[in-house]
Amino acid sequence: MTTATDPGILHGRAAVLATPNLDTDQIMPKQFLRGIDKAGLAPGLLYDLRFDGAGAPRPDFVLNQPSFAGVDVLIAGSNYGCGSSREHAVWGMQQYGFKAVVASSFGEIFYSNALNNRLLLAMVPEADVQAFMAEAARLPGPLALTIDVRQRTVRSAGHGARFTLSDRHQRMFLQGLDVIGASLSYAAQIDAFAARHWAAQPWVKDVARVTRERLSAAG
Amino acid sequence: MSLSPQTLYQKLVASHTVAVLDEQNVLLFCDLHLMNEYTSPQAFAGLHEAGRGVPVPGQNVAVVSHIIPTHPVRHRVIQDPPSALQATNLKANCGRHGIPLFDTNDPLQGIEHVIAPEHGMVRPGMVILCGDSHTTTYGALGALGFGIGTSEVEHVLATQTLVYRLAKDMRIRVDGTLPPGTTAKDLVLQIIGRIGAQGARGYVVEFCGSAIEALSVEARFTLCNMAVEAGARGALIAPDATAIGYVLDRASDITGAVREAALAHWATLHSDAEALFDAEHRFDASDVAPFVTWGTSPDQAMAIDGAIPQPAAMADAAQRSSAEQALRYTALQAGQALAGVPVQHVFIGSCTNARIEDLREVARVVGTRHVAPGVRAMVVPGSGAVKAQAEAEGIASRLQAAGFEWRQPGCSMCLAMNDDVLAPGQRCASTTNRNFEGRQGRGAITHLMSPAMAAAAAVTGRITDVRTLEPTA
Repeated sequence: MTTATDPGILHGRAAVLATPNLDTDQIMPKQFLRGIDKAGLAPGLLYDLRFDGAGAPRPDFVLNQPSFAGVDVLIAGSNYGCGSSREHAVWGMQQYGFKAVVASSFGEIFYSNALNNRLLLAMVPEADVQAFMAEAARLPGPLALTIDVRQRTVRSAGHGARFTLSDRHQRMFLQGLDVIGASLSYAAQIDAFAARHWAAQPWVKDVARVTRERLSAAG
Repeated sequence: MSLSPQTLYQKLVASHTVAVLDEQNVLLFCDLHLMNEYTSPQAFAGLHEAGRGVPVPGQNVAVVSHIIPTHPVRHRVIQDPPSALQATNLKANCGRHGIPLFDTNDPLQGIEHVIAPEHGMVRPGMVILCGDSHTTTYGALGALGFGIGTSEVEHVLATQTLVYRLAKDMRIRVDGTLPPGTTAKDLVLQIIGRIGAQGARGYVVEFCGSAIEALSVEARFTLCNMAVEAGARGALIAPDATAIGYVLDRASDITGAVREAALAHWATLHSDAEALFDAEHRFDASDVAPFVTWGTSPDQAMAIDGAIPQPAAMADAAQRSSAEQALRYTALQAGQALAGVPVQHVFIGSCTNARIEDLREVARVVGTRHVAPGVRAMVVPGSGAVKAQAEAEGIASRLQAAGFEWRQPGCSMCLAMNDDVLAPGQRCASTTNRNFEGRQGRGAITHLMSPAMAAAAAVTGRITDVRTLEPTA
């Protein structure tokens, strides 16, 4: 994928994983979640699909085929990334080299996780996903795709589609917004809100600390 | 006061909106933030790297839950070095920021979604966040809970708020009476089976109707817990006397004038009569039978007296290929009955079904029977408090005498992140929430079901309709 000239235009090479409801347990299995940092997740990506029980690559799996080496876009079945909230699924996809996923829908937590990491999720109607998949099936190797983030379009040689992306997420992708920093600019409003909230509902203030202290005192 | 009628969800969002960011997003205030050892480390690291602190530590709480071993020993030692580091790292992070912690050998340690409500931390009208998808559980008490990712955990730590994308409103009405032998687990599996694994994607679901009102709070936890398996971004049940009684029994700090104010506020937590929902579904509880999953997605579920559907008859191509793949994985045939399929393992546990009522139900079904030969049956209580209560009630000794392993609390074999992992090809009757490929161990086969059905499988060695078991003395 060439991004040197314009971060808003992605020229990618795509592989297809048509299975619907491909969950984050499969995208990044449990045994790869034991770290305290984000590193080292690429080997775990889609592990059970990529490798057999003895750890040998499954030759028939698309990402193991030599002509698909270096793909950076995934065309996926609907509800991609459903299930567990583990952000490791996103980090692992990026460490493997994926820049974008094209699908008709995504797991809701995965969606936020991806955009928070600038993994582009291009949500296109299912008919367009099917058209891209059909076109990809006729090729011996990856499907070349151009994704225009500003215009919100995905184009291949044979098909074009518009994708849904909020203005906010588009800005986050193009500019790499520091979301926490932006929210901290509301610090005064947060403090004022909290003061009002706790005055009206004192039973929610410091609820974890109050409970923990009560339990410790009783224990 | 808004003039237009509002749903309960809209009221909860409005009452926690610090700022409107744009048409789709608000800055949402968080009343309670729960953390575990495996989705929080990178959030703390990011916070420290940016030189940021935790302004409101008393609204945050952490628990070691996912990687913890559940062997029945008094002092637990995490043998796996990376997992042990996750636990010590969590303790260090909590100590540094003054965040309350339930550590590995705390007698009250347990699954986050079990310990938070059982000690009164979850109160109606709250917004509760956690780096865990089953945070939808708290809707059972009229609190808006939902799972977040690690970047968002960092955001909540730093700001006590979340940039929140608004959801749509769905109402699921369930009237009628659950028949004997069925539970909230069977109801939710039936609902997910009907509306699908994406049926509630993009929605916060409010459950209502006479069948919901009749559920205990623990049964409501089970229902709301699994709403996320239909893709829901939250689940809610308007708090009634049942829910409020549960909270007040556990939140001993709510007294006097504060109690009166809380009761007045909680009385407003319901959808207005004229409120509009974007989608609605209706179910009749009297249609519910014991439900069991046959595939590798929670919506691939069927009544125990039914037959596994024919993929060939499915109109949708993706659904068809998904069902075919699922049957290859679960080594079952289309048209086959599930009753009679042998199991090698039974797991009773998880944030879905490891509370005291679940364990009582298991003990009741087991009665004087014994775990069938060749079956390994584990009970992993949801928390130290649940475990202690079950021991005090004699449930633990009864189940141990029946051949069950009585273990320490934790997430355990629900996701098999600790050392409780199934071997390839093993088939497990499980009270958990996800039957994904490999979830309980690579190549292992999971059948989701209620605690009563899991107990019936344990004593018969095969998937069994609990309604056909004779009561024991």
